[in-house]
Amino acid sequence: MSENYFDSIIIGGGAAGLTAGIYLARGKATVLILDTGTIGGQMILTHQIANYPGVEEISGYQLSSTMRKQAASFGCEIKSNVKIQNLLFKDDLKEVTLNNGSKFTAKTIIIATGGRSRMLKVPGETKFKGRGISYCATCDGDFFQDKEIIVVGGGNSAMEEAVSLTKYASKVTILHEFDHFQAFEHAVEEAKANPKIDFIMESHITEFIGDEKLEAVKYENLKTHEIKTKNIDGVFIFIGYEPNTEMLADTGIEMTKWNEVVTNEMMETNIKGVYAAGDLRQKRVRQVTTAVADGTIAAVDALNIIHK
Amino acid sequence: MILPTNLKHIADAKEHASVISENENVMVCCGRMGPMCIPVYGVMEELQNEYKHVEFRDMAFDSPEAAVIRNLPEARSFMGLPFVIYYKNGKVVEAKSSIQSKEQVVEVLDRVF
Repeated sequence: MSENYFDSIIIGGGAAGLTAGIYLARGKATVLILDTGTIGGQMILTHQIANYPGVEEISGYQLSSTMRKQAASFGCEIKSNVKIQNLLFKDDLKEVTLNNGSKFTAKTIIIATGGRSRMLKVPGETKFKGRGISYCATCDGDFFQDKEIIVVGGGNSAMEEAVSLTKYASKVTILHEFDHFQAFEHAVEEAKANPKIDFIMESHITEFIGDEKLEAVKYENLKTHEIKTKNIDGVFIFIGYEPNTEMLADTGIEMTKWNEVVTNEMMETNIKGVYAAGDLRQKRVRQVTTAVADGTIAAVDALNIIHK
Repeated sequence: MILPTNLKHIADAKEHASVISENENVMVCCGRMGPMCIPVYGVMEELQNEYKHVEFRDMAFDSPEAAVIRNLPEARSFMGLPFVIYYKNGKVVEAKSSIQSKEQVVEVLDRVF
């Protein structure tokens, strides 16, 4: 077999992908892990992880670094920041082509590309990222000392981060598209009880306005369609996650209408030898622990095909 | 104050001055060990071998010494970490804030250096 052939190729180097790599490599399989970004996935976006059993508290960066080292020490080949041009899932052989022309083949594929923060995708969002628009309260909150900000979203993250941002901001407005919140009741109550927080409901932002930095937003009331402009220093966006499954569009893999991959309990997709593990999968609980479990199950099942 | 990354660091304003004066092309990522910054350190770490003509460094944003970057006129509108500054012959030629992908970093490196 050529040096570009592996028993298994794992696409995605987060908790699910690295765990799958560890189990496969320890099961005497040759493994290539590819990631379109930095190894670690959404783990590295987490400051502290306090609910990973056996580890009292650890930064997401440290946990992912350790997982990466483990996977490499067992023999996984790891390539980060690659660009995948094409995926071809034939019966016996799966093929991954990168945009630099490199082609890799494998008996099995585990897709573990995870998810990402959803963006609003309205004019000005890209221009003012880091200049008034943020997706991380812990990172950027202190730039908004005594300033007025908007938090967009109605889930637990939006509520919790809005409350935490009141440490810095003089006023926080939660702007949400529905007439109710998806967050847990206690999180909503805490936000409602905070004197620095007010609410704009049934509305969405239509445009970010400014010169060098964000100065105002236009938002539309979804009931009356009235559009208003509000002067603002910052906007924090917490509107959930979406799966990284665009690359699977033409592969024949079954997905839900929300573009999540459908698997059975062994993480098998509808294509034999192709597995999905972690946050891109159709499931309800998305945690490091569940990603690790998915990766384990997929790898153990893939080993049955590899060593057949 | 030094960041626990695998990059070479800039510890203080004096070292910052010497790095940008002694190297023609310098990229400095000034941040914290946070979710917007770590991916940028990872990209820089990876590009070090490919862009030998560029000096890649990081600097701890919360160090008082990082005022040399925080107070740059090019960063006055920045309200998100990290602050990424590109120097050519000691002068700022590009400045970016917040998380950036490898593609975005490469675009700047190829354009300004």
